[in-house]
Formats: sequence, structure tokens, C-alpha cells
Amino acid sequence: MSGPLISVQGLAVGFGGQPLLEGIGFEVEQGQVLVIIGESGCGKTLLLKNMIGLYRPLAGRVLIAGTDLAASEGDQRRAVQRKFGVAYQSGALFGSMSLLDNVRLPLEEYTRLDDAAIELVARLKLSQVGLLGSEAKMPAELSGGMQKRAAIARAMALDPAILFLDEPSAGLDPVTAAGIDQLILQLSDAQGITFVVVTHELASIFAIADRAVMLDREARGIIAAGKPEDLRDHSPHPRVARFFHREAAP
Amino acid sequence: MAKLDISTTEGELRMALGGRLDADGVAPIWQQARAALDRNRALPVRVEAAGVDYCDGAGLAFLVDLRRHPRQGGAAVEIQGLPERFRRLLDQFDPAAFRSAPAARQAGEGIFASIGRSAAALGLDLKSQVAFVGEAGRALALALRHPRQVRWRDTLAVAEAAGVNALPIVTLVAFILGVIIAYQSALTMRQFGAEVYVADLIGISMVRELAPLMTAILLAGRSGAAFAAEIATMRVNEEIDALSTFGFDPVPFLVLPRVLAAMVVTPVLAVYADGISILGGAVTLRLFQVPLVTFYNEVFSWVQMHDLLGGLFKCLVFGLVIAGIGCLRGLQTGNGAVAVGISTTRAVVSALVLIVVVDGAFAVVYYHLGI
Repeated sequence: MSGPLISVQGLAVGFGGQPLLEGIGFEVEQGQVLVIIGESGCGKTLLLKNMIGLYRPLAGRVLIAGTDLAASEGDQRRAVQRKFGVAYQSGALFGSMSLLDNVRLPLEEYTRLDDAAIELVARLKLSQVGLLGSEAKMPAELSGGMQKRAAIARAMALDPAILFLDEPSAGLDPVTAAGIDQLILQLSDAQGITFVVVTHELASIFAIADRAVMLDREARGIIAAGKPEDLRDHSPHPRVARFFHREAAP
Repeated sequence: MAKLDISTTEGELRMALGGRLDADGVAPIWQQARAALDRNRALPVRVEAAGVDYCDGAGLAFLVDLRRHPRQGGAAVEIQGLPERFRRLLDQFDPAAFRSAPAARQAGEGIFASIGRSAAALGLDLKSQVAFVGEAGRALALALRHPRQVRWRDTLAVAEAAGVNALPIVTLVAFILGVIIAYQSALTMRQFGAEVYVADLIGISMVRELAPLMTAILLAGRSGAAFAAEIATMRVNEEIDALSTFGFDPVPFLVLPRVLAAMVVTPVLAVYADGISILGGAVTLRLFQVPLVTFYNEVFSWVQMHDLLGGLFKCLVFGLVIAGIGCLRGLQTGNGAVAVGISTTRAVVSALVLIVVVDGAFAVVYYHLGI
């Protein structure tokens, strides 16, 4: 397929007809790691939820592999949904299932693999996020960091072309956070998976991002886009510079 | 699609792999490959993977499955020619780590162990109920001595949600109950020409028993469940922990307003239900040619003040029990969405059981007191 894998065009998102962000447009190429950054409350997660079709945009559209998710229904919608996996901010693991069953669920529904094969695929995913040996644990028995890693394993279950991660390393210790960065890079290099990551961990932005898009509440849109190093060193916008240099607002 | 050719030559098993190793690709060849390995346990295996042009998680799982296969006498499985980028992915998995079955939940225990466990759980539950009654009692006594410390605003809000908002359903159920009982008894009483005494029957049974009981059951289903679910969710979200670290005891802070509100609201709802159900009976008896005036006189000559007060006092206790058990089950919640459901179920079931037990106890006490 030619052209960008994800294309966001003239998007306006918000609640109750009141736009929080307007005129959002960017593209993500296959294999790229795009991070969406911005101060808390600027609408990063809202933008993400519009991109994955949970909310309907107020205006504009999001094309994933050329299909507009918001405008498609039924089998077409499911076909687009199978192209991506999502790891939510709080993990959102199914509390009544063990870790292994959480990862197995999509495999059981969407592949024709037999039981032993599904189990092995699920265990490989868990071992990739460092959770081998915890298969039988229930989500409630896990620490926050383990829940986030398990959520990534579940999002990867069907080997989607795109992974959307909502703050995958927020609140994790630096070692675990670096492990998740490494995992993202490895998956993107070796399997060509495209990533859209919402984060505000500076270290992980520089480690993983090919491109960064910075949102701003006052401007109600994108105030900077490009390589994170360029944004840090050359952005004329004071709020961008403050973000990258970790300075408090005056 | 993935391709697999299996051949046996010169004392080794050869598998030539090619194509796309993804979930759709490996599904048809997986069992074939596993069967071939099972048949030739003692032969060394050479997997020629140079023809693989795509390999994702499912494909890797397939390769790991080949590598982890238990072989006899050091007959290894060797994967050759796999393109470098997939090789790196494959090498991150140690096949030995996946040879054993995943750690399972603890297996089911013997019957004696589970009987013992249930009995212990029941005993602990009884203990916690007794402790909770004590705590709630202390909080109530404290509230009587220092009424300013009670959170009256919360109490009012709960009273509105549990009382005022329950009026439509109480109206409906009470009216229908009055109609049904009047109709069923009037059909029988007519054979003796005694339709007029249905009025006494309705009055006494409603005021003493049925209206309080029905109100309590409705309250348990509506508000007992709501209390449990709300407090359980607060527990799951660590809100209860936040209250405790501010030095607020959850019992006076959360439980007391709900218990007080329920104790006020239940008798009021019961009086309302008394009236509505008797109205239902009156409307029905009009069909049996009993005039409203006759009905009115019959009811009020039979139903005494102590019948009404006896019913209302019961309601006070019902309110206490329903709100108390709802809050207790909420506070006892474990972790996660499932635990909220369990707590809510337990709250309603415990409330219903206690309502029936309390009602039975009152019947005995009232009999001996001659009420």
C-alpha cells in the first residue's frame, strides 16, 4: 500500500460540540514512531480516542490504511480495527480473566490457531514484555507497571500493523520505562510496526520518537511538529522550549 | 500463505519453510509440523527457513514451538537460513522457558478443605457483621450526642435518592398489590356474601405486614444495591483509603448518612404504601358493589393505631438493616470490576435474608406483646 499508513486531515475534536482541538493534520508513515506530546489536559488522549474511532470527530477525518474508521461500519470497520492494537492509560485489563486469558481472548476470536498454538503465542507476547511466569495472575494482583506491560502484550496479540499506546511509561520506574522504550524500538525495527504514542516522558520521547507532534490548549491545535531534537533546539515557540527544557511556566 | 515441505533424508528430518508466517499462514501447517516431529522423535531436524519473507508473532510462536519440541538423545531442532531480522526476534525467546506448562491457578481442593474454608469464611463474615453493628451503633450514639457532626447534607441527598425518587415504583407496586389481594380474596368471600370484610383483611395485612415488607424489598433492590456499588467503587478507586488518610473514619463519614436517611425514609414510604394499597383495594371492591364509604368505615374500625405503629417500627429496623448491610458489603470489596458486582449481589441477598429474619422475629415479639 502506498501513501501514509495513518492520515489525519482537518480534525476537530472536543466534547458536546465544543472543540478542544481544531484543524489537526498530520501523517504517519509505515514503521514510524510518532509521539503526541503536550501539557496535561491539552487533549492528547482525546485525540488518540478519536483516531481509534471511539469518539466521532466534530470535523475532519482519520484515515487508517486509506479507510475512514468513523464512516465505516460492520465488517469493514472490524477489518480496520484489526490493523491496530491499543494499550489504554490504566491498562484496562479484563479483571475477571488471568493475564494469559487476557492475551488469549483476541487470538481465540480472530485466528484459526489451535489451543496449544494460541497459548504459545500469548506466552511469547507476555515474555516480550517481561511477564513470563505471571500467566496465571489476575490483573488485580499486579503492580501498575506490570498492568501497563500486560496491556501492551494484549494490544500486540494479533500482531497489528499499528500500536496506539496511551502513556505507556507514565508512573513506571526508569528501568521498566526504558525496557518499554526498547521494546517499542525493537518492534518497530524488526517487525515494522507503526507506533502512535501519547507520552510526556522526555527521556522516552528522545529515545523512541521519529517525529513528535506537540498539542497546545491555548492554540487549540498543533504548535510544533518534527524531530524531537529539532523541536528542543530550534523551536521559536516559548511553550515548546519550556516543555523540552522542563521549565515551569512563568 | 506459508509453505511447508517435509522430507526424511539420510537420517534427518528436513522441513522447508517459506512464504508468510503469520497467524493465517501458520494455522494450516502447524499441526502437520508438530505431527512430523512427534513421529520422528529420535531424528535430528533441519528447518530451512531461507524462503520466509515475513514472520510476525504467530510465526515466531510456530518456530519456538518447533525448537521447544522434546527430542530424544540430543536430536536437536536446527533452524537455518532464517533472514537476519527475524532471527534476532526469534533469539530473544529461550525455547527451554516455554517447555513447561504455564503456571496454573491453584487446583481445586478436596471436599473437606473446601467445607472448612467455607465455614471459616462464614465465621469471619459473622464476626465482621457483629463488629460492623458495633461500629455503626457507636456512630449512631455519637450522632445523637453530637448532631452537628453528622453530614446532614449527604443525608438529605441520600434521602432524596432513596426515598423521593422511589415514589413512582412504590406507587405502582403498592397499588397493584392492593388490587390483587382485594380481587383474590373478594372472589372467595363472595361465596359467603362477605365481600365487605375484604376491607378489614386489606387494612390489617397491608398495614401490619405487606406494605412494610414490600417497601423494604424495594429499598433493598434499589438503594441497598446502590450503596454497595457506590462504596465498592470508592474502595476500588482508593477513595476510601484517601478518606482514612485524612482521618475520616468511613463509618461516620459514609455509612451514617446512608443509615440515617434509610431509617427516616423507609417508614415514610411504608405509610405512603399503606395508603396507596388500601386505595387499590377500595377501587377493586367497587367492582364487587362495596361503596367507598362502607370500605372506609370498615378499614378504620378495624385497623388500630398499634397496628400502624408496629408496622412502622419494623420499617425503622428494615431501613437500618438494608443500609447497614449495603454499606458493609461495599466496604468489604476486593479489587476490580468483578468485586463490585460480587459486593452488590451480596448486599442485596444479605438484605433480603435479614429482612425476612427480622420480620419473623417481630412477628414472635408482637404476638407475645399482644400487639
